Amino acid sequence: MLLEIQNLHAAVDGNEILHGVDLTLNSGEVHAIMGPNGSGKSTLAQVLAGKEDYAVTAGKVLLDGQDLLAMDPEIRAREGLFLAFQYPVEIPGVSNTYFLRAAVNAVRKHRGEPEYDAMSFLRLVREKVKLVGLDESLLQRPVNEGFSGGEKKRNEIFHMAVLEPRLCVLDETDSGLDIDALRVVADGVNSLRSPERTFLVITHYQRLLNYIVPDFVHVLIDGRIVRSGDKNLALELEEKGYAWLEERVATEASA
Amino acid sequence: MSGTVTAEAALTPSAYASELAAALAADQPAALRNLRRRAGERFAELGFPSSRLEEWRFTNVAPVARTRFAPAPAAYDREQVAAALAPLRLGDAHELVFVDGRFAPELSSDPAALAGATAGSIAVAAAADFAALAPHLGRHASFVERPFAALSTALFADGAVILVRRGAAIERPIHVIFHTTASSDPTANFPRTLVVVGETAQVTIVETFCGPDGARYLVAPVTEIVAGESASVDHYKLQREGDQAFHLGLLHVESGRAANVATQTFSLGAEIARHDVEAALVGDGSETTLNGLYLVRGRQLADFHMRVDHAAPHTTSHELFKGVLDERGRGVFNGRIHVHRQAQKTDAKQTSRNLLLSDQALVNANPQLEIFADDVRCTHGSTVGQLDELAVFYLRSRGIGLEAARSLLTYAFASDLVERVRVPAVHAQLQEHLLAWIPQGEVVREAI
Repeated sequence: MLLEIQNLHAAVDGNEILHGVDLTLNSGEVHAIMGPNGSGKSTLAQVLAGKEDYAVTAGKVLLDGQDLLAMDPEIRAREGLFLAFQYPVEIPGVSNTYFLRAAVNAVRKHRGEPEYDAMSFLRLVREKVKLVGLDESLLQRPVNEGFSGGEKKRNEIFHMAVLEPRLCVLDETDSGLDIDALRVVADGVNSLRSPERTFLVITHYQRLLNYIVPDFVHVLIDGRIVRSGDKNLALELEEKGYAWLEERVATEASA
Repeated sequence: MSGTVTAEAALTPSAYASELAAALAADQPAALRNLRRRAGERFAELGFPSSRLEEWRFTNVAPVARTRFAPAPAAYDREQVAAALAPLRLGDAHELVFVDGRFAPELSSDPAALAGATAGSIAVAAAADFAALAPHLGRHASFVERPFAALSTALFADGAVILVRRGAAIERPIHVIFHTTASSDPTANFPRTLVVVGETAQVTIVETFCGPDGARYLVAPVTEIVAGESASVDHYKLQREGDQAFHLGLLHVESGRAANVATQTFSLGAEIARHDVEAALVGDGSETTLNGLYLVRGRQLADFHMRVDHAAPHTTSHELFKGVLDERGRGVFNGRIHVHRQAQKTDAKQTSRNLLLSDQALVNANPQLEIFADDVRCTHGSTVGQLDELAVFYLRSRGIGLEAARSLLTYAFASDLVERVRVPAVHAQLQEHLLAWIPQGEVVREAI
């Protein structure tokens, strides 16, 4: 067992968004969370990563039995959690390479592994950059500054490939990507799949799941997981839309 | 060792009467004596500025007015000064060193080593041939509304005069160092720099102002730089005074037809630093870049008062100023751009960005546009804020610790200006200073 989310309630500015989420992710599994806009998908991702704007009002999250919510964001990252941002942040003045080297060495130090020197880091970066089809010139540029939407998303997957996390949370990594870029990003993700690595893929559309095929699909509506199933659930949603499920949930609740 | 500060009210301008009398009595050309007399009279009329004056609203110079500064002693410990200057020298540069306002040829480069220009003591040059200086000295930087520039003009003992011949391209930077030594009582000196660059000539000038921490002293310099037609001037002012110093300076740059002048000020030291910077774009098609970076902490204050005059058509000015403030540091940016009626097709851009690392730091930023021509483009932008929390979170989410994330972002903010420095040795010094200054700068050092 890797990640256990139990009865998670979270609020922002006093408004509760998550009303009790339960989810268990085991090593090597790919879980997809789908849901309409405003259902709390991104909130879940941000709470897992430790964004301070979100207050956890009830419930707990355990990473290999450890209290994840008690950890600072950087500790979560060093423990192997990675969030690919829906909106990657531009950081003028900090080169992508400097930034990533500082990050990867912080992670390695935490794990008791030797830090990379400049040469071995460069080798690693060259290898990983090919994996996601990122233009090498973007390595020297400030993080995400002036990157196209697709380049930003690829850069996130590139960071993920370098940091080698155990738990990857992808927050709407498909949004804003055309089909070619989507395929590149998905290939990058698939190449990182392994029995030791778990993925939580958050998406609004089924499209991405044609390329990153999930083991489990969960539907989040109004801050709760209302359905879980296999990849066929995603196809059903694609066909019938979220309204179908929202109505079913409402009917069941009143029954 | 803060020196003697009189407890009573501010001194009157007449406190400097004896110094002024001595400056006028000294053997000198009549025209220079006249300049000093006019400046001294103007200082007596203006007095020390009070913070009731608009130009001095945020910068209280009462501590300067309260302190009785003695003239700096003529003798100094050569080895001590040489050691203090060693880390500030630029290596491959022509250097002129002034100690307590007086030329120190023994610490300076051999004048014969410079081709295409002359660089030396203004006092020596004035005694030899004042007529050569008269068209420029005190003719560009106006002391009429500036008490400290008036005082400086009345009392300056010496300074640098750099004359670059028409068409000359001076490869090595000319570095002028103004060093103040520690004294038991507060001292004052008034460095002067005059740079006249001939038609199509090119030169890089670096001015370093430095002195020991823990000593109370006043440095009130006036720098005049005149770039002739199609000349190119790259100027740097490094204000690295000691932590109890007062540095109240005036810098004037004038650009002739199609000239290109860049001046970058780095305000790093001093308890109170005031930089009046004037750019006069008097020639058609001239271009001036004015950049600045200040770093303040403790109770330091850095004040930039800019005045850019577009006095000719097709002139361009770019201003970029950044400040980083920690603890109770304070910053002032007043950016005045004046576009004269005849200065059509002016393109003026002014940006001031200020980063607060502490909630006790304070910035007053004020753009002032005065536009009298109708076909111009003038933009200005000013921000005062803390580190972008979203960026901090992004860095932390990748495993970088909170302090390291803050340091990295602070470094990135300020290094933007350091990266614009085109003299490698100056760039290296500033980068080193920045890394040492930033809280937890060592983590940045590892990352870069």
